[in-house]
Amino acid sequence: MDNLIQVIYFVAAVLFIIGLKRMSSPTTARGGIVWAGAGMMAATLVTFFVPGLENFGLMATAIIIGSAVAYVSAKRVAMTDMPQMIALYNGMGGGAAAAIAAVELVKGVGHSQVALDLAVLGALIGAVSFSGSLVAFAKLQGWMKRTLRFPSQQMVNLALFAATVAVGVYLAFVGQHGFFVLVFFLLALAFGVMVTLPIGGADMPVVISLFNALTGLAVAFEGFVLNNAAMIIAGTVVGSAGTLLTQLMARAMNRPISNVLFGSFGGGQTGEASTVEGSLKPIDASDAAIMMAFAEKVVIIPGYGMAVAQAQHKIWELAKHLGERGVTVKFAIHPVAGRMPGHMNVLLAEAGVPYDKIFDLDEINDEFDTADVALIIGANDVVNPVARTDPNSPIFGMPILDADKAKNVVVIKRGSGAGFSGVENALFYGDNCRMLYGDGQEMASKLIQGVKSV
Amino acid sequence: MIEGMTALYIFMLAAFTGYEVISRVPVILHTPLMSGSNFVHGIVLVGAMVALGHADTGLERFIGFFGVLLAAMNAVGGYVATERMLEMFKSSKEKKHG
Repeated sequence: MDNLIQVIYFVAAVLFIIGLKRMSSPTTARGGIVWAGAGMMAATLVTFFVPGLENFGLMATAIIIGSAVAYVSAKRVAMTDMPQMIALYNGMGGGAAAAIAAVELVKGVGHSQVALDLAVLGALIGAVSFSGSLVAFAKLQGWMKRTLRFPSQQMVNLALFAATVAVGVYLAFVGQHGFFVLVFFLLALAFGVMVTLPIGGADMPVVISLFNALTGLAVAFEGFVLNNAAMIIAGTVVGSAGTLLTQLMARAMNRPISNVLFGSFGGGQTGEASTVEGSLKPIDASDAAIMMAFAEKVVIIPGYGMAVAQAQHKIWELAKHLGERGVTVKFAIHPVAGRMPGHMNVLLAEAGVPYDKIFDLDEINDEFDTADVALIIGANDVVNPVARTDPNSPIFGMPILDADKAKNVVVIKRGSGAGFSGVENALFYGDNCRMLYGDGQEMASKLIQGVKSV
Repeated sequence: MIEGMTALYIFMLAAFTGYEVISRVPVILHTPLMSGSNFVHGIVLVGAMVALGHADTGLERFIGFFGVLLAAMNAVGGYVATERMLEMFKSSKEKKHG
């Protein structure tokens, strides 16, 4: 039986790797999660037959309750809220890794020095990921609006971290006293909260991704403690894949990871940003519709505002009507559109937009020169040309979509306010730009009407 | 069963594998892939089950139960969320068939 169990764990590890590999291409992605899921199912079932286990009633109860809660919540969550749900499930994994370590430390017998070290290390990482992810969830969910910052915050966090490590070292090398185990976990959980609190909502995706990688690492360490190869491999793979993903996301957002964790938005800017010249020129929906109906190529740039207005279905309908008239329609997605890199693609996919009509920044930026209309809905900072031109602007250097190079620009926007970063958008004041003021969904409907009646 | 250096080798090879496997992932899949890798570390469920299975005292059982509960949420939530997102990704060719 033991051999069979090991073989199943091995197969599960292989399936996880194949699954992740397939998930990295849109044509095979769906199969990928199914492969990984099969591996998980097999590994879980076979674990019931590990020799010497008890407490099966408790085990089954916990699995049933946990699965039911997660199943229902994951099925019901709106696609716009997906980033915080990922954070939440990730935090659960970190907590589970910490709990494994807690059981082993409370037991305190039968482990080598190396295993004890790894148990403590995994516990620290897992607990930080657990509490940190919960804070990330609360922030994105809108339960925690304020960003807590106070003087010498870094020093307080450093002291907290040092204290956690000190107790951890005591646990690993001196003895596993129950009281110290408790203190250790309280300190680690507090550290996770403190380190996440000062981070703003816009940077949260990078942090969630980092916690994801950390949970993977914690799982791998606890895998060493329990002598479980599947946990070691799966945890390590996620740890390194997650680290890479974190780097990619940080790069897409033009925010170094250290800056996200220890800095604040625009903190290093001292110079005065230059003011924008020109005026905002409104347009009404029927004129904008005519402009698009007679265009050869229209590029649509959706931002998170579109998702908030629930306008993605209408926008896709508009794109289809334009397509029927022979207009080439493409969607241009900035890496940080939505609340997490790739989030906007999910939202468009939900509305039924095929992924081969969606292009990312590198693919589309050369095409704006030949586009007749760039339609911007709910996006702002990601199309602001000052990111290219004004070194004093807080968003200078951020890669942007070059919508200003299109012959005409139409911006659907609620009002004339500045973007998330508080920077005025020079694009909106350009000679080729017209503002279509109103609710995203309503304006999209009017554009459809307009295009139909041409 | 997994001794010192062997464990280190496993760790090293798995780390490179993880890095290579997703090194060329397009931005459009960042969110689902993050959710997918989140699901994969749900394998912690297996460890939590073993920890609970070996628990002797009430305290150990309590922590172990908590661990299995959290791990199950990680695995199931991660799977369903990823599946829901990936299910929606279709190319225009597939659409015509459907």
